[in-house]
Amino acid sequence: MMPEPLRVRSLRRETADTFTVSLDVSDRPGGFPFQPGQFNMLYAFGVGEVAISISGDPARPGELLHTIRTVGSVTEALRRVGRGGRMGVRGPYGRPWPLEQARGLDVVVVAGGLGLAPLRSAILHLLRHREAYGRVSVLVGARTPEGLLYRRELDRWRADPRLKVLVTVDQAGPEWKGHVGVVPALLRDVEMEPSRTVALMCGPEVMMRFTVRELERQGVPDSRIHLSLERNMKCAVGFCGHCQLVPLFVCKDGPVLSYDRLRPFINLREV
Amino acid sequence: MASPLPPLEEHPFLRGLSPEQVKAIACDVREVSFPAGALLLREGDEAHSLFLLRSGRVSLELTVPGQGPRQLESLKAGDILGLSWLFPPYRWHLDARAVEPVEAFALGAACLRGPSPEHPVLEPALAMRLLRQLYERLERVRMQRLDVYEAAR
Repeated sequence: MMPEPLRVRSLRRETADTFTVSLDVSDRPGGFPFQPGQFNMLYAFGVGEVAISISGDPARPGELLHTIRTVGSVTEALRRVGRGGRMGVRGPYGRPWPLEQARGLDVVVVAGGLGLAPLRSAILHLLRHREAYGRVSVLVGARTPEGLLYRRELDRWRADPRLKVLVTVDQAGPEWKGHVGVVPALLRDVEMEPSRTVALMCGPEVMMRFTVRELERQGVPDSRIHLSLERNMKCAVGFCGHCQLVPLFVCKDGPVLSYDRLRPFINLREV
Repeated sequence: MASPLPPLEEHPFLRGLSPEQVKAIACDVREVSFPAGALLLREGDEAHSLFLLRSGRVSLELTVPGQGPRQLESLKAGDILGLSWLFPPYRWHLDARAVEPVEAFALGAACLRGPSPEHPVLEPALAMRLLRQLYERLERVRMQRLDVYEAAR
């Protein structure tokens, strides 16, 4: 439970309010192994701790990456740590994306806004083991073109014939030549065999609810729809109950949960 | 060489209808094409057609004074475009611009509304399909209106 101080190797701005931090794990034997979808608790010393997904390549444990949006005092303090400074890290925690169970099946990755960060490591895994999966589609949505994460990498993925990448934004001026509209609308252009498809999804919960509805309409089973949830996590190991969703602890049972487990609780107004 | 575009009765909007139903709905049909950048609809112009998009992509736009055109939604092959012909004063409410070269069927509105302009009667199959399209579009607009990415901050 003790955070390990790690030095900030580099800090890259992604959008106006989002940055990716690379932490130096060269002193750790074997680097920082993790599974796609897991998260770390990042500690801004003297300010507080926050759960942040690991967005790096799971095959490269020597590089520990987190993409962070500055939304409050802790994330703002993490941004201010800057290159050469240190932040505390404990983890990795949580249930990862079910990439082993998805082998042999079509995979649809659906990311909204910052939700692309925890899915980036899954996409990199799918690309590295591309022959093990059926058709792989990546759907990405953002509020505006300026809000899209990993723009260069998205362009690379779009040019990669092994992936079908569709990008949409909710609002755009005339200079944007891409798609305008909500993410679920992209599903119509995805080639998949619904009964043999696994969906991996992360983004605002309302977006995920609409997307789940569309996937269900198309015939994807609830047990193959996986959502990564964001909740107020404190201990990250299932003790404190801050992230509790009725019987589920999002930190320990999640953050990745299948929709058949989530269905009874996700729409409860009381939680 | 590009494969030929599917015929009218195979457009998703009409797929599954009987030849008689297709004939009743599409009693006045033209094949139209637009180069990239061209306007298919211009706000305020007479709304004369229902477009069934066959290829390309169209952007629905609204010009905001002082800000220029804002893109509201993209439509693509398989979608329908233009519903302002349903109700008086039969004027387009938005601009629609071809982002890529567009091929479409244009179904004449006068024919779609039926023989009596004062008492339009839509073919029931057409009415149901339009309702479904409108409902789906309403769902998308609701979600867009929630501004989920901003709300999630």
